[in-house]
Amino acid sequence: MLQLEKLTKTYKTGDKALQGIDLEVPSGQVLALIGPSGAGKSTMIRCINRLVEPTGGAAILDGVNLTRLGSGALRRARREMGMIFQEYALVERLTVMENVLSGRLGYVGFWRSFLRRYPQSDVDEAFRLLDRVGLLHMADKRADELSGGQRQRVGICRALIQQPKLLLVDEPTASLDPKTSRQIMRLITELCRERGLAAIINIHDVALAQMFVPRIVGLRFGEIVFDGPPDALTSEKLTEIYGEEDWEATIEKVEGEDTDIEAAE
Amino acid sequence: MSHRELDDMLGKGWRKPHFIANPALRWGLIVGFAAYLVAAVMTIEVDWARVYAGLDRGGQFILSFTRPDFVTRAGDIWSGLLESIVMTVAASVVGILISIPIGLGAARNIAPLPVYVICRGIVAISRALQEIIVAILLVAIFGFGPLAGFLTLSFATIGFLSKLLAEDIESMDKVQAEAIRASGARWMQWINYGVQPQVMPRLVGLSMYRIDINFRESAILGLVGAGGIGATLNTAFDRYEYDTAAAILILIIGIVMALEYLSGIIRARVQ
Repeated sequence: MLQLEKLTKTYKTGDKALQGIDLEVPSGQVLALIGPSGAGKSTMIRCINRLVEPTGGAAILDGVNLTRLGSGALRRARREMGMIFQEYALVERLTVMENVLSGRLGYVGFWRSFLRRYPQSDVDEAFRLLDRVGLLHMADKRADELSGGQRQRVGICRALIQQPKLLLVDEPTASLDPKTSRQIMRLITELCRERGLAAIINIHDVALAQMFVPRIVGLRFGEIVFDGPPDALTSEKLTEIYGEEDWEATIEKVEGEDTDIEAAE
Repeated sequence: MSHRELDDMLGKGWRKPHFIANPALRWGLIVGFAAYLVAAVMTIEVDWARVYAGLDRGGQFILSFTRPDFVTRAGDIWSGLLESIVMTVAASVVGILISIPIGLGAARNIAPLPVYVICRGIVAISRALQEIIVAILLVAIFGFGPLAGFLTLSFATIGFLSKLLAEDIESMDKVQAEAIRASGARWMQWINYGVQPQVMPRLVGLSMYRIDINFRESAILGLVGAGGIGATLNTAFDRYEYDTAAAILILIIGIVMALEYLSGIIRARVQ
């Protein structure tokens, strides 16, 4: 469904953030992108919806080459790609409901959005999503009154109300505590399964990625150095992605937790 | 190795490094500045005899504040005040409405370069020309009266508000705006959802402050014939009616303080 072909990004400073990425994401697949800071994870997902302009290659979503689109067509293509951000990126001074409904901006005209007169179907869907993530009672609270975990749930609703085919998720748990991190990852992967959504999740917590995601791609210096299932991610592979470090504890911990979860189920 | 370095440093005392590292340059600048200050003060000529003579008049002026005369010229004061208020409100509304698009255009992070250059140019012109100079020019064109004052204040509001609004937009949180863009919003929707909520409190605060400034300026503009309470004040001075002048000044101070209080309340509400 999504193909990246030789996707390249060189910043004006000469930094080669992406060096010819080739990647195929089939419909409905959730994929975790791991790698050290500065490996190009964030740049890669931003090059797909062109918040960052790629300098070469192609990103093809359902046969449409996103890198070639003019501004109108790009807007329409962005509706198909929901994005979830590291620091939640909610508009702080708007209410929860306004933030969720802002996911429909690509579908409604200016005056409707300016007057906050959204179609009833959008409003209903917003309520349904807020209910699904357990925040229905918060609908009219201002976004800056919410806790981190709650904000990220609103961010998820905002991405999903776009009715996207693909979710681009940038470090969803980086500012959250371990328990909330797991809840958010579980929520994202569950919602993707429910809706048959594909997702690319940037994440620097390897253990968390292994716990929830069936396919892991490792990025180093803008190149893919690993692509496989979580249990193929050995200590040697982690060293290749991140550099020399004692990885045994990380991997062991994950296996321990995996069995815990299986036992619980 | 590193231990020997540490041993050298222990017990050595620590001072924040000087802003200017070169001691000769640093002391040169300090001594030079002090010398200039002394020289500058010494060049100011004071005619002490004149000051002594003038103390009397100054005293009269200040004493008149103890018996301000609101009554004798009540009609003039009232119509002047009303004219000033009308001028202030009209100029502020028009000025703020024009400032918003120019402020958007003058923010480098949202405007394309040609628009940015034009809008920054407008801001620079408006800020370079002092209100009094603009008022003298506009009085020459439109004649005496509040129209010239209204236009002057609108023009000055544009320079002030556009610049500060643009700076607030430039320092906004990029990610919030990015999130709105990622949803496929149009440009106008992006401004309305991603930018406006971030700058609104500051825009309201600055607008209130500008209304305050415009009212005070309207008292000055009268001195060059641009109408308002300033014209009444000028007439009172010309007739040596210090008690009426004192009444007018007290009214101006009162209104400015009321505006200050009001803007405090409003700013607290829009946070």
